[in-house]
Amino acid sequence: MELQDLWFGLIAILFIGFFFLEGFDYGVGMLLPFLGKNDRERRVIINTIGPVWDANEVWMITAGGAIFAAFPQWYATMFSGFYLALVFILLALIVRGVAFEFRSKDENPRWRATWDWAIFFGSALPALLWGVAFGNLVKGTPINAEMTFTGNLLDLLSPYTLIAGAAGFVVFLLQGAIFLSLKTDGVIRRRAEALAPTLWIVVVAVAAVLAIANYAYINIFDKIGVNPGVMPVASSAALLAVGYYLRQKQFGWAFALTGVTILLSVATFFWFLYPNVMVSSTNEAFNLTVNNAAASQKTLEVMTVVALVFVPIVLIYQGWSYWVFRKRLTADSSLEY
Amino acid sequence: MDALDLARLQFAVTTVYHFFFVPLTLGLSILVAIMQTLWYRTNNPVYKQMAKFWGKLFIINFALGVVTGLVQEFQFGMNWSEYSRFMGDIFGAPLAIEALLAFYLESTFIGVWVFGWDRLPKGVHLASIWLVALGSNISALWILIANSFMQQPVGYREVVGADGVLAKVEMDNFLDVVTNPNVLVQFPHVLAAGVATAAFFVLGISAWHLLRQTNDRDFFARSARIATVYGLVGIVLVIIVGHSQAQHMVETQPMKMAAAEGLFESEDPASFSLLTIGDWEQREEVFSIRIPKLLSLLSYNRLEGEVQGINNLQDQYAAQYADRYGEDADYRPPVAVIYWSFRAMVGAGSLMLLLAVVGLYLVLRDELTRVPRFLKLLPFAIALPYIANTAGWIMTEMGRQPWIVFGLQRTEEAVSPNVSTAMVAFSLVAFSVVYGVLMVADAYLLAKFARRGPRDDESDAPGESVSALAAAK
Repeated sequence: MELQDLWFGLIAILFIGFFFLEGFDYGVGMLLPFLGKNDRERRVIINTIGPVWDANEVWMITAGGAIFAAFPQWYATMFSGFYLALVFILLALIVRGVAFEFRSKDENPRWRATWDWAIFFGSALPALLWGVAFGNLVKGTPINAEMTFTGNLLDLLSPYTLIAGAAGFVVFLLQGAIFLSLKTDGVIRRRAEALAPTLWIVVVAVAAVLAIANYAYINIFDKIGVNPGVMPVASSAALLAVGYYLRQKQFGWAFALTGVTILLSVATFFWFLYPNVMVSSTNEAFNLTVNNAAASQKTLEVMTVVALVFVPIVLIYQGWSYWVFRKRLTADSSLEY
Repeated sequence: MDALDLARLQFAVTTVYHFFFVPLTLGLSILVAIMQTLWYRTNNPVYKQMAKFWGKLFIINFALGVVTGLVQEFQFGMNWSEYSRFMGDIFGAPLAIEALLAFYLESTFIGVWVFGWDRLPKGVHLASIWLVALGSNISALWILIANSFMQQPVGYREVVGADGVLAKVEMDNFLDVVTNPNVLVQFPHVLAAGVATAAFFVLGISAWHLLRQTNDRDFFARSARIATVYGLVGIVLVIIVGHSQAQHMVETQPMKMAAAEGLFESEDPASFSLLTIGDWEQREEVFSIRIPKLLSLLSYNRLEGEVQGINNLQDQYAAQYADRYGEDADYRPPVAVIYWSFRAMVGAGSLMLLLAVVGLYLVLRDELTRVPRFLKLLPFAIALPYIANTAGWIMTEMGRQPWIVFGLQRTEEAVSPNVSTAMVAFSLVAFSVVYGVLMVADAYLLAKFARRGPRDDESDAPGESVSALAAAK
C-alpha cells in the first residue's frame, strides 16, 4: 500500500471519528429547544455534552489539517470551491461554541434564549451542510484541468446532495435523542426515549431514498454493480437493528448500533470515492485523485510517523474523559454551563 | 477593492481578532495552573479561589480563541488556494501536527478541568489545567513554525514545472523546518508576550478592586503580587528575545527592518529613528530626527555596520527577481504602517517594563496596595499588551509584503482565482459582524465577572457554591 492510500484511509477515520462523536453532539444541540422546556432542563441538556463537545470538534479540525498536509491540492480545490458553504459552517460553529460557554453566565432570559437558538442553528446548519459537501465530492462538481473549481453555490445544491445532507441531519438527530436518553434522567430522559423511535422511522425513510439516489445520481453501477457489497448492507442491517433495540428500551445498544451505522456509512462513502478525492463533472480526466492531489513522499512519511504515535494517545485520553463524565445528569446535578 | 485586497483585509481582520484572545490564553493558562499548584501544595483556600476566579475569566476568553481559530485552519484553502498548492507540502504538516498534538490536548482537558472540580482527585485535576497550558503553548509553537517558513523559508526544495517556472516547493528536511532559526526567536517572544499579557490583565483587575476597598482585599493583593512578578519576568523576556529577533530580522528580512526604521538609504554606521516622516510615495524621507550609530549598535552590538535602506534593497530585489517578476516589480512594504506599528509595539512594551519595575519595587516594600496613584494606572495598562501584540503581528506580516513566502511567492500570486470579489465581500462582512457582536458579549461577560470578584463566583450553580464556600472557610 502506498502512503497516499494510507492517508486516504486515515482521513476517512478522522471523518468517521468526527461524525460519530460530533453527530450526537449536533443532535443534542438541535434537540435543545424542543426537549428542554425550561431553563434548568436546557442547562441539563447542554451539560451532557459540556465536557466533550470541544474535543469532538477537534476531529473535524484535524481532518481539515490532515487533508492540507497529505493532499494539498484537495484542500485547495475543496476549500476554495465550497467557499460560501464553508463560510456558513464556520459562522455556525463559531456562534455555537461561544454559545455553550456564554449562555448560562447571565441570568437574563432573553440572553439565554438567544444563545439557545444560536446552539440550535449552529448545530443544525453544519449537520445539514456536511452531508451536502460529501455528496458533492462523490457526485462531482465542475473542476477544470488546473484543478480549480469553476462552479458556484447553486451547483452544489442538487437533489442528490440535498438528500445526502438530509440523511446526515436526521441520523444526527436520532443519535442525539438516544444520547440524551442515556445521559439524563427524569422528564428529559422520558421525552428523548419517546422521540427516538419516531426519529428512527424518519431516518430509515431518508436512508432508503439515499440508497436509491446513489444508483440514480452517481455512477455506482459502473463501479460496484448491483450488489453493493458488505459495508452498506451491514450499515443498513445495523440501522434496522436500532429500531429493535429502541422498542426493547435498550438504549445502550441503540446508541452503539447507530454509531455503527454512521461508521459504516462514512466508510462506504470513502470507498465509493476512492481512488478519487474529488470528482470532476467537467471531465473525468480532471478528477483529483489520491495520486495527483497528494503531498510528497517525504511529507507523507513524516506525517505517518506523527499520526501513528499520536492518534492512539489521543484516543486513550479522549476515551478517558468520556469515562470520567459517564454519569447521568439530573436537574439536581451541579452544572457548569 | 478587488478580491485580492478583500482577501487580505479578511485575513488581517480574522487574524488580529483571533490573536486578541490567544496571548491571554497562553499566559493565563500557565498562571491559573501556578495558582492551582499553590493550592495543591499549601492547601490555602485563597489559592483555590484564585484558580477558580481567574479560571472563569480564562474560560470566557478561551472560548473565543478556540472558535476563531477554526477560521484560521480553513481560510488558507478558502482564500489562498494557490498558496496552499504552492506551499501545502510544507505548510500543511505543522498545521495538522498542531491539531493532533495540541488541539486535542487543550480541548479535552479544558472540559475535564471545567467540569472536574468535584469529580476528580486533586492531583489529576491539577494535571488537567497544566495539560491545557501545555496544549495551548504547543499549539502556538506549531503555528509559529508554519509562520516562520513564510518569513524565512528553510528545509525545502524547489519544483520547477514543465514551463520552466517555479511551480511549488516541497519538503526537503523536516527537522530544518521545525528548527527554523526564525521560530527559535519568534516562539519565546510570543510565549513571553502571553505571560506579560496575562500579568497585566490580572494586575489591572486586581488594582480596580484594591482601589474600591472591596471585601476581597487579601485575595486581590496576593493576585497582584503574583502578577507583578509574573509580568516582570514576561516583559523582560519579551524585550531580550525581541532584541535577538530584530537582529535576526536585519539579516533575513532587511526590508522589514529598513521599513520599521524609516531608513530609505543604506547607512554605515546606521542611525536609529526617533521620528521620521516620508513623502507620500514612501520613497524618501522628508523630515527625520535620528540618533547616530544606534541602529548599528542594536543590529550588530557594535558602533558600526551597514544597515540597508529601502531604496537600495528595492534595486537589489528588482535585479535579483527580474526573471520572475520583471524589472519594475515593487518590493517595498507599506513603510508608514511598519514604521508606526513597530513604534507602537516598542512603546507599549517599554511602558509595561516601567510599570512592572515600579510594581516590583512596591511589592518588595510591601506598599503595592497603598499607592493609589500607581493602582489607578493599572486598569488602563491592560490595553498595553493588546496594543503591543497587535502591532507586533501587523509589523511581522505587513513587513513581509509583497511576499507571502519571502523570496518564493508574492501575495498576489497566492489568492484563490475562483473566489469572486462578491464572495469575499460577503464573508468579510459576515465575519466582521459576527466577530463584532461576540466581542461585545465577551467584553460584557469579562467585565461582569471581573467586577463581581471571587466571593459569589458560583452564584449560578447552587450545588457548587455551598462546597466552594465550605472550602473557603
